[in-house]
Amino acid sequence: MPNTRIKVPASAKAGEDVEIRAMIMHPMENGFNVDSQGTLIPVEIITDFVCEYDGAEVFRVQLQPGLSANPYFSFYLRATKSGTVAFTWTDQDGTVTKASAPITVA
Amino acid sequence: MRRLAVAFGVALALSLSVAVGLAQRGDDPNPNAKSGYDFLSPETQALQNDDFANPGMLWVEEGERLWNTRAGTAQVSCASCHGDAKTSMRTVATRYPAWSAAAGRVVSLEQQINLCRTARQKADALPYESEALLALTAYIAHQAKGLPMRVAIDGPAAASFARGKAFFYQRRGQLNLSCANCHEEHVGAHLRGEPISQGQINGFPIYRQLWQTMGSVDRMFAWCNEAVRAEPYPAGSQEYVDLELYERWRGRGLPIETPAVRR
Repeated sequence: MPNTRIKVPASAKAGEDVEIRAMIMHPMENGFNVDSQGTLIPVEIITDFVCEYDGAEVFRVQLQPGLSANPYFSFYLRATKSGTVAFTWTDQDGTVTKASAPITVA
Repeated sequence: MRRLAVAFGVALALSLSVAVGLAQRGDDPNPNAKSGYDFLSPETQALQNDDFANPGMLWVEEGERLWNTRAGTAQVSCASCHGDAKTSMRTVATRYPAWSAAAGRVVSLEQQINLCRTARQKADALPYESEALLALTAYIAHQAKGLPMRVAIDGPAAASFARGKAFFYQRRGQLNLSCANCHEEHVGAHLRGEPISQGQINGFPIYRQLWQTMGSVDRMFAWCNEAVRAEPYPAGSQEYVDLELYERWRGRGLPIETPAVRR
């Protein structure tokens, strides 16, 4: 399972915009690189990144081969209620990587 | 008064000679050393400074996991002997490459990790540029972040240092360039759009944007050798370990930046 890094503030005030950050360790092979033997390395990318806040989808990205390795997303989320911020990365073979963190809204 | 002045002059001469002695031993920082960081664009500097966005931290985290993972037939982890890397590995990266009595030569940090793996863990050596070896090296070097590089070049390491220095000044490849031709004589000039740095290696292993991944100092040396159309040496070869020793001495006093981000 690929190494992931996520950053969700542990607590926030109601209505506050908080910064969410997520990164996954992934080569994002675009299909144009060759290995040391001159053989073309096949495409190997993550195709979907989704963030859910308390069960509701708040952020979705479709990734393409042009994206650089170890894709890193940073965005703002309006904190309205306590819940889980869950991240899902899906690669081209359908393999799913998950990570999540709780946020407490006072 | 004159006697005092003479005494002062003698004291000054003595302290100067001590300073020269130190310079020859390589203990004093090199005042002219400038990290590759200073040649980066502000955006890349910001990426390196941000401990979350710096992609090299992915390898550091992976290295921490490996540090605590049992391996080999001995079923011991690095932590089984060395405990918490935050204390036991705090200064280690500042001293490497270093003389190894066990190997009978100067070894790089990567090679010391592998010596530990084969001798203590009874595990297979990790291949150069493998994710695992890069991760462990980055994790250990990261513990020394901010500390000045200070390698020993005297005693048994002297011959290695001399070979490394000779390598640095030896012209090679179809372009017939030595390391010094660019990284000493044309520092600050441009190769197309890129400023030429001093070629300091205080941030290795680095996350290199061109490679889209982590790379060891050996990979960088090989890349540079290929750039001057020279046949590169294999990663982990004694030629590159010697060169790394000379390069670490050349940048003595520069703080360790691992994991640095470079273009």
